[in-house]
Amino acid sequence: MTALVKAIVTTGYGTNCEKEMAHACKVAGADVVDIVHLSDILDGSVRITDYHFLNLPGGFLDGDNLGAAQAGAHRLRHARIAGTGDRLMDQILEFVNKGGLILGVCNGFQLMVKTGLLPALDGDYQNRVVSLTYNDSGRFEDRWVSCRTNPSSPCVFTKGLDTIEMPVRHGEGKFVGLDDSIISELDKNNLVVFQYIDPATGEPTQDYPLNPNGSTLAIAGICDPTGRLMGMMPHPEAYHHYTNHPQWTRKTFEKEEGAGIALFRNAVEYIRENIV
Amino acid sequence: MAHRIEVCLKTNLKDALGQKTLKRAKEDLNLPVQDIRTYKVYLVEMELSESQLEDIARGPFSDPVIQQFSIDTPIAAKIAKETNQQWQWVIEVGFRPGVTDNEGKTAKEAIELLIGRRLRQDEGVYTSTGYLIMGGLNEAQAHCLATDLLANDLIQRTTIAPFERLEEDYGKTDSPFFFVPRVREETKVEVLEFDLLSMSDEELLKLSRERVLVLSLKEMKILQDHMKDPRIIEERKRVGLGAKYTDCELEALAQTWSEHCKHKIFNAKINYKRPDGEEEIDSLFNTYIKGATQKIRKQLGQRDWCLSVFKDNAGVVSFTDELNVAFKVETHNSPSALDPYGGALTGIVGVNRDPFGTGLGAKLVFNTDVFCFGPPDYDKPIPKGLLHPKRIFEGVREGVEHGGNQSGIPTVNGSIVFDERYLGKPLVFCGTGGIMPKTIGGRPSYEKKAMPGDAIVMCGGRIGKDGIHGATFSSEELHEGSPATAVQIGDPITQKKMTDFLLRARDLGLYNSITDNGAGGLSSSVGEMALESGGFELHLDRAPLKYPGLQPWEILVSEAQERMTVAVPQERLDEFLKLSEKMGVESTVLGTFTDSGKYHCLYDGKTVAYLDMDFIHEGVPQMHLTAVWEPPKHEEPDFECPKDLGGELKALLSRFDICSKEYVVRQYDHEVQGGSVIKPLCGAMNDGPSDAAILRPDLTRLEGLVVSHGICPRFSDIDTFYMVCAAVDEAVRNALCVGAKFDEMSGLDNFCWCDPVQSEKTPDGHYKLAQLVRANKALYDICTTYMIPCISGKDSMKNDATIGGVKISIPPTLLFSLIGKIDDVRKALTMDVKSPGDLIYVLGTTYPELGASEYFAAKGFTGNSIPKVRIDEAAARYKALSKATSQGLISSCHDCSDGGLGVCLAEKAFSGGLGMDIDLSAVPAEEIDRVDHLLFSESQSRFVVTVRPENKEAFEDIMSDSVIGLVGEVSTSKRLVMTYDGKEVINEPVEELKKAWQSPLQW
Repeated sequence: MTALVKAIVTTGYGTNCEKEMAHACKVAGADVVDIVHLSDILDGSVRITDYHFLNLPGGFLDGDNLGAAQAGAHRLRHARIAGTGDRLMDQILEFVNKGGLILGVCNGFQLMVKTGLLPALDGDYQNRVVSLTYNDSGRFEDRWVSCRTNPSSPCVFTKGLDTIEMPVRHGEGKFVGLDDSIISELDKNNLVVFQYIDPATGEPTQDYPLNPNGSTLAIAGICDPTGRLMGMMPHPEAYHHYTNHPQWTRKTFEKEEGAGIALFRNAVEYIRENIV
Repeated sequence: MAHRIEVCLKTNLKDALGQKTLKRAKEDLNLPVQDIRTYKVYLVEMELSESQLEDIARGPFSDPVIQQFSIDTPIAAKIAKETNQQWQWVIEVGFRPGVTDNEGKTAKEAIELLIGRRLRQDEGVYTSTGYLIMGGLNEAQAHCLATDLLANDLIQRTTIAPFERLEEDYGKTDSPFFFVPRVREETKVEVLEFDLLSMSDEELLKLSRERVLVLSLKEMKILQDHMKDPRIIEERKRVGLGAKYTDCELEALAQTWSEHCKHKIFNAKINYKRPDGEEEIDSLFNTYIKGATQKIRKQLGQRDWCLSVFKDNAGVVSFTDELNVAFKVETHNSPSALDPYGGALTGIVGVNRDPFGTGLGAKLVFNTDVFCFGPPDYDKPIPKGLLHPKRIFEGVREGVEHGGNQSGIPTVNGSIVFDERYLGKPLVFCGTGGIMPKTIGGRPSYEKKAMPGDAIVMCGGRIGKDGIHGATFSSEELHEGSPATAVQIGDPITQKKMTDFLLRARDLGLYNSITDNGAGGLSSSVGEMALESGGFELHLDRAPLKYPGLQPWEILVSEAQERMTVAVPQERLDEFLKLSEKMGVESTVLGTFTDSGKYHCLYDGKTVAYLDMDFIHEGVPQMHLTAVWEPPKHEEPDFECPKDLGGELKALLSRFDICSKEYVVRQYDHEVQGGSVIKPLCGAMNDGPSDAAILRPDLTRLEGLVVSHGICPRFSDIDTFYMVCAAVDEAVRNALCVGAKFDEMSGLDNFCWCDPVQSEKTPDGHYKLAQLVRANKALYDICTTYMIPCISGKDSMKNDATIGGVKISIPPTLLFSLIGKIDDVRKALTMDVKSPGDLIYVLGTTYPELGASEYFAAKGFTGNSIPKVRIDEAAARYKALSKATSQGLISSCHDCSDGGLGVCLAEKAFSGGLGMDIDLSAVPAEEIDRVDHLLFSESQSRFVVTVRPENKEAFEDIMSDSVIGLVGEVSTSKRLVMTYDGKEVINEPVEELKKAWQSPLQW
């Protein structure tokens, strides 16, 4: 019998996309998919390191009250796991060192950049050098966008993917770097995974609303140098079925599965081939 | 000693909040502002070392990539230096003492995590927002900016300083910048007693008025008589009370007997007089609403899908073989008038607790919101005490945005209606649907029962003076010391943490019953749950408080948010409390449910309330009212059929009621939870107006939940009977348009009325009550014919405002919300036309019914020819249409509502990005002799559908018994072209029509 691919989806303290994230993992073929409240990790009853695929879903951790995922990142850095003295972050770093995959979407992406899990340019997973700030429009917006992937990226989630449509649903999604050199390093190392594009040209764009937030370089998602950690503002898990697409009544679709599932399937296949 | 940690975005980054504020200051207030930058202030009241302060500022309070901070020095000075610009004003906006400060709460928790201990009662964190203003504003203009845009004086305080004086003001002793908004009330706990037996009628009324009991003389006299019973006195003596009522008891009775909780008008005995006779109605609610549902359920027999109606916090119906659905819609009108943001936010998080507190608790899966506002371009003076409609609009929009988005519940359906009469009282309807498994631990999920001996446990937020006296508060009670009593601000994250915890506790079977703390607070929640067990004993001193200084009666009736009350069996109590603590939720045991028959409250072991459960719940007397119906007569419009009908159509598309609401829709998350099938916007460019929403609450199944509504207050100006018919018909049409089954719909009625009780203040009460009677009769007639049971509802009966001596009453308004079902979401459809060559049909007859139409309103008329719903004929059409959609024969479907056929056709065309060629002479019509009437009549029960040519025969076959007309074809021309009697009457590019429709609310 082959070993099982295990995915964990965290929730609690304001996370709210855990249900569809878990559903996407299941549809993609993960054998075990557990939605776990952070308090179950903090009291030691569940260990992230017992899984292969950590999903950090969207939501409003602590209401995004000190800035998006700011208080959530603070919790990861300081809350300790009962009976071990380890910080929550220590367990996540152990998970990363063991070769696990992390996908952060929206608030999960914000959490990853605010802890330093991304972009980890020098392999330091606790150094904050990029951030996600208020949309140029000054508004939370729900709208579908087109993104293209980077074929040269080491990202394991986007293998074989070209362009994809997904919804963005955020007020703080404008990607910025600490300085220009950070951005050029991301670009140079092909860590820019997703960019907002104009579907008419297929090229990255700064034009609103195609680029919904004014992100630098039209960045919608990035990965770490290993390609196993990825964060993105658009929601692939929200496109798990063709009826999620805003124009599904106008178009014909080859299959019922939504295009967003491909990311999760890549993750599951990577784990099956390389880890378990 | 308080410290200020100030945080701002690095000055090379765009300050989006600053820019948004700047735009509104310029556009809404016409102020000469040139630029605005913002910053955040955390006022930390505790002893901290310099390095601790630095850690806090650097760690949780700021993001080093995008922000910078300062400690105890004004960051505004730093901004000024870096931008090298001349700034003129600094305005800081913080909360008044006791007002919910969500950011402050998160900031406090972050500090606790960092320093490893809880903050003491005398320590705290308070946030405010700073605005650095550039522009030549004089002092009066700076104040105007503060009070008319940045702050709401009721709940917030502002500090305004010229920029050049900032550092000086900062350093002053008692500097306003270091003012700590802590609640500092030193009150002795005191229970007052009232000897009603010795009071005259006048004194009874005075007591009712002064304590805001809002009880009538008749009701006060019943209270008086109650204390004449020797058995009662004897029992009270045994617990240390006498023949006097305590303040706790009076408050509890007033709350339980309030119009809000007892619906006295809907339960009144009414003598209804019409021109042709009179009748007596014993309770509108029992006769027409409950009565209709009972009749329908009986007729449905085995098919009856209602599970719990009119008895719990929400109505519950069966959805699939695995799931039930609970649905409730509430209004939050008065609080939204005073503080639109807080009022609406509390509205949404409040109604979320209704399905959550229904049966054993439902998981929340969708929100709806419907608003009625004054016109946003209102340019007459706004009377003191009221806010401009645009400010109300923006505040309410943002409140619902924060409440819905942060709760992780998709806002799927809604609308906005405008009328100047909503200037005094805006209507804010918030709805929530939830799902629950059929059974939980072997028990039906929609039932609950607190057992004698169960612990009374309060979960979630703490109690403050928030919302004491709920909607009955009056403005003279507001003062600096107790502003928190006026308006509340919801805290969606505290509530989310609580619902995460309680859903787990539910599935572990840790409690027997649950209900929410809304109106009436603990008095109401514990009081109602105690009906299940037969009594309770509640220790008010054990309740966790936000700040000291609350009197026992205040603890009892406080409407502080984010609280649920649960009945926990003693043997599961430990497990319940442990889980609660682990998941970061405060739960406190406050007492025990009993079977004593008594409503029993204690404070420090001393009885402060001891009432018979029967008396408090059943003692309220029935009101006797009179209603007199005289049909109004309006001037009949007299104008020629306009030449430029294209121009008329564009003018209608630009009316506030009709135009695009995309600006609002996009700011609500309508897809979270992943079940979105039909979104609020649809079409070739994702910007057409969907008729209804469909979502899949269970992602592994294909059944869809359909959510729609209807609301037509304009028709009340002629006859509320047809207003209600139109609202119900509109909700049904909208649901049918997306493919809902016609034979499995459930309704929910929200009546928002103006005071219909005849009095000095309301000399036309008899007429207004007749309007209510007619509305109820209509609801009965249409629901029993369409077979749509109402499963829950609510009434709000006092939507009046007196402004400058003139009373403004809202138009009587019914919101009819509907949930329906589609068996296979892959059969759902949208309103936009799909392909050139598709055939266009009009379903249903057009009559010259333009009374109270948008078209007449645009011309300044009301008229008298109200659109009537021909209920039986419509029901037959709906049955056939539903069959055609389920067979996939229809490509697009849209109903004719505001603006009639013309607007419907235009919306279909521009949403699909295609043209249409229409022969209006082929539209089924009766007695119509003018083309403008044909285009803009608002006759009910009509649709425009498009059908692929290959489905023509099958479609026409199914519709063979209905009135339909094949009127044209979808074209590639991108022009809407209409002919009438062979002459072209409209020829407009669809893009122009769309522009007219999109421009009014493109803010």
